[in-house]
Amino acid sequence: MKFKSLAVAAGMAIAALAMPAAARADISGAGASFPFPVYAKWADAWNRETGKKLNYQSIGSGGGIKQIRARTVTFGATDAPLKGPELEKDGLVQFPMVMGGIVPVINVEGVGSGELVLDGPTLAKIFLGDIKTWDDPAIKALNPDLKLPSSAIAVVRRSDGSGTTFNFTDYLGKVSPDWKEKVGSATAVEWPVGLGAKGNEGVAANVGQTKGSIGYVEYAYAKENNIAFARMKNKAGKVVSPEVTSFQAAAANADWSSAPGFGVILTDEPGDGSWPITAATFILMHKKPNDPAAAAEALQFFDWAFEKGGPMAEQLIYIPMPASVVKQVRDAWSAIVGPDGKPVAVAK
Amino acid sequence: MADTSFPGPLAGAAHAAPARTAVLNRFRLGNLLFLNLTRAAAVLVLVLLGGVMVALIEGAAPALREFGFGFVTSQSWNPVTEKFGALAPIYGTIVTSLIAMLIAVPVGLGIAIFLTELCPMPLRRPIGIAIELLAGIPSIIYGIWGLFVFAPFLQTTVQPFLISLFGPIPLLNAVFAGPPYGIGMLTAGLILAIMVLPFITSIARDVFSTVPPVLKEAAYGIGCTRWEVVKNVVLPFTRVGVIGGVMLGLGRALGETMAVTFVIGNAHKISASILAPGTTISATIANEFTEAVGDIYTSSLIALGLLLFVITFIVLAIARYMLLRLEMKGGK
Repeated sequence: MKFKSLAVAAGMAIAALAMPAAARADISGAGASFPFPVYAKWADAWNRETGKKLNYQSIGSGGGIKQIRARTVTFGATDAPLKGPELEKDGLVQFPMVMGGIVPVINVEGVGSGELVLDGPTLAKIFLGDIKTWDDPAIKALNPDLKLPSSAIAVVRRSDGSGTTFNFTDYLGKVSPDWKEKVGSATAVEWPVGLGAKGNEGVAANVGQTKGSIGYVEYAYAKENNIAFARMKNKAGKVVSPEVTSFQAAAANADWSSAPGFGVILTDEPGDGSWPITAATFILMHKKPNDPAAAAEALQFFDWAFEKGGPMAEQLIYIPMPASVVKQVRDAWSAIVGPDGKPVAVAK
Repeated sequence: MADTSFPGPLAGAAHAAPARTAVLNRFRLGNLLFLNLTRAAAVLVLVLLGGVMVALIEGAAPALREFGFGFVTSQSWNPVTEKFGALAPIYGTIVTSLIAMLIAVPVGLGIAIFLTELCPMPLRRPIGIAIELLAGIPSIIYGIWGLFVFAPFLQTTVQPFLISLFGPIPLLNAVFAGPPYGIGMLTAGLILAIMVLPFITSIARDVFSTVPPVLKEAAYGIGCTRWEVVKNVVLPFTRVGVIGGVMLGLGRALGETMAVTFVIGNAHKISASILAPGTTISATIANEFTEAVGDIYTSSLIALGLLLFVITFIVLAIARYMLLRLEMKGGK
């Protein structure tokens, strides 16, 4: 009896092993969580239009870079662009896909959304722990008409490595020599103060919960969660609100051809209307993909997204790439070739 | 094996010898098979343990080579300059587990004593089941509840009270220094206490109920109070089991990841105040592994895992040693 049931169990185990693996998605990508909502929306619309499937795993920029290096995915996605030599070393092509804005979010009693104004150096001092209370003279000077409480500032920042952190710390490094020297900029840094929360949604939740807190999130998360944001004084000295027009202004003022792989960081851009912490997110693909058919399909998807994805992106408060950049990106695709040496992308 | 019928002594006397040999052979074969199956299972565990050890040491080697012993004494955790030290996560792991045990052990034993000695019969089952349900709640639920319900509650009520209560007392005012974030080591410790409580309670309740009634009745017979019976009969009789339950709880507290990550604040800092944010080994690994770029960063995280392994091992060793001493003392 015992042996019989053992045999049955063994048989079941073997049957389970022999079951076919789950059906394969047509193309797979992995990486940055910042653009995940818009990639998911595009993939869905594309699937309805063409019947093709795209599977995007939002595992973070670092994970995306690792996965594309290991060739386990068709494309990787990263918020922190790789530099020229790194792209060369792994034989990768990099291009920007979509842009977004990063906003400081606050939870201060008596201060509504968009009422508080901050500038770069003050923001850096808050995140350095030099400014400890909301009624600090530096904040008061920027907001003469606001009634600020004397409560302590609770800084909330990311606990996981993230492209959002990369762009935010890059901005703080540009506007504050102190920040550049003491902390630096990377996807994860040694934070002088504050609480760490996981993911954009974690920071949004913590700021929403904690009185007297300040954090930074991708704009869509602030909007979805109805968290108060602060306006920023930009490089030109003008106070701007986070919105599509100010993000677009920052992109328009950038010089995209200046860096290999379009590796431009859009923080602290000049221009009266530029939002100071704007960020692009990038796609990484191999120049000689293992599966040229999948690569061609991925490029078709990106091509479709550039063509038709703009309104969908804007709904989610992402900014489509300007037409001039899209043209350069399409030219760059010719570097991705099949085994026969011919570009896998369909020429436009 | 009960269904294997053995012929009676008189049933087949003529063919006794060959039939018996066959049966005996079958038994021997079965025994051999059983011995080897169970031995393989035991060896498998050892192989797995060894494999995990080797993989951890191999993965941690680059970081340990780079930082040497400084890895466990340095507080710096800087991904930009790639200088990593594990002191803050080690400290956070130990302090949060300590807070959890300080609360969960007395409360858990109290519940177990109440359930076995004092509780009216009709209430025993519902309370017992409720405690066991607590053990079945996934840790992520504790994390979410901790962040959205428990932390704001602590921030607005308990923490300001603690800060003002201990404010004038030297030393203690450093331990309970503000500002109240709601999130921090104390919150993590409290959540952990709730999580390990059911383990300690159910094991203590089970071992308390193994105390022979005659011992307790004898104690009551000579005029002991309930408290004296618990202190002098029940606890000494069951201490090995109780310590086992406490260690199981401590093991869970040391390794708990998700719930802690939500409420501890994830700051690589050692603060005197238990209201301040901190981090634990497992929370650090869970937070940073996906985005750890660079070999030293990844290796440092694996080295943290190795340290957790070592800490757990030390805790278990101390528990064994304590049990051994108790047993020797009991034998005298």
